[in-house]
Amino acid sequence: MSVTDTTKNLEALSFTLTAEFGAGVERVWQLWEDPRQLERWWGPPTWPATFERFDFEPGGKASYYMTGPEGEKAGGWWRFTAIQAPNRLEFDDGFADDNGDPVEAMGTTHATVTLEDAGGRTRMVIVSTFESEEQMEQMVQMGMEEGMKEAVGQIDAILAEHANA
Amino acid sequence: MVVDQLSDTELDRLFQALADSTRRDIVRRVTVEEYSVSGLAGLYAMSFAAVQKHVAVLERAALVTKEKRGREQIVRGNHDGLQKARLLLDEYEAIWRQRVDRIADILAEG
Repeated sequence: MSVTDTTKNLEALSFTLTAEFGAGVERVWQLWEDPRQLERWWGPPTWPATFERFDFEPGGKASYYMTGPEGEKAGGWWRFTAIQAPNRLEFDDGFADDNGDPVEAMGTTHATVTLEDAGGRTRMVIVSTFESEEQMEQMVQMGMEEGMKEAVGQIDAILAEHANA
Repeated sequence: MVVDQLSDTELDRLFQALADSTRRDIVRRVTVEEYSVSGLAGLYAMSFAAVQKHVAVLERAALVTKEKRGREQIVRGNHDGLQKARLLLDEYEAIWRQRVDRIADILAEG
């Protein structure tokens, strides 16, 4: 199991997840740094993400959209606030309208990602802090539109593949 | 989706209730042990009436319960209400767990 710990702070509305991967820090960093690799895992299988802009530098912006099963699109944006390759990345994450412009009313989530070496493996810690309570719910709504069953089904299929390999 | 089990009105009340630091502090305290409203009022630099209003907001959001005991009003954490707020964070956790699984899968490709 990759996820080793999760902590939720109900009062501060923050969420911390710790995971460990069987790959080096540099390799895991690529999954954040390279938009083509990032889009392979950021969106759920039924709502894949496409990054149209990706200025990977402090102060730089990224914009993306997720495409649903019916062709519907949900836009999002990031603003990188700190980048220290290959160990630390911080960014604000919010919703975007059809033109890719931030929807300010929907608030932002601040994410801090740290990657550290754990004997050749990589420990990744993600801290998400919600700016407003409503915004947390919107993030959840958007992330869950995929249909949990399909995602779980896909994971099961992958696991079965590995078991047979 | 679990969030659908909460009506919009319930969610509004929940988030509004948790948006204030004094109210969050009250929730934290009364979840651990019961307090009287006057006991709570002694903790903050505000009037008894102001604290009573905060408690009323929390009560409407189902985060605390209030009952009369003699001349005192006793406030306790409402486990069910807190559980609802926690469910939202649980949903968010599910989103991230799925992302981590996808990352692990990509890394497994070598």
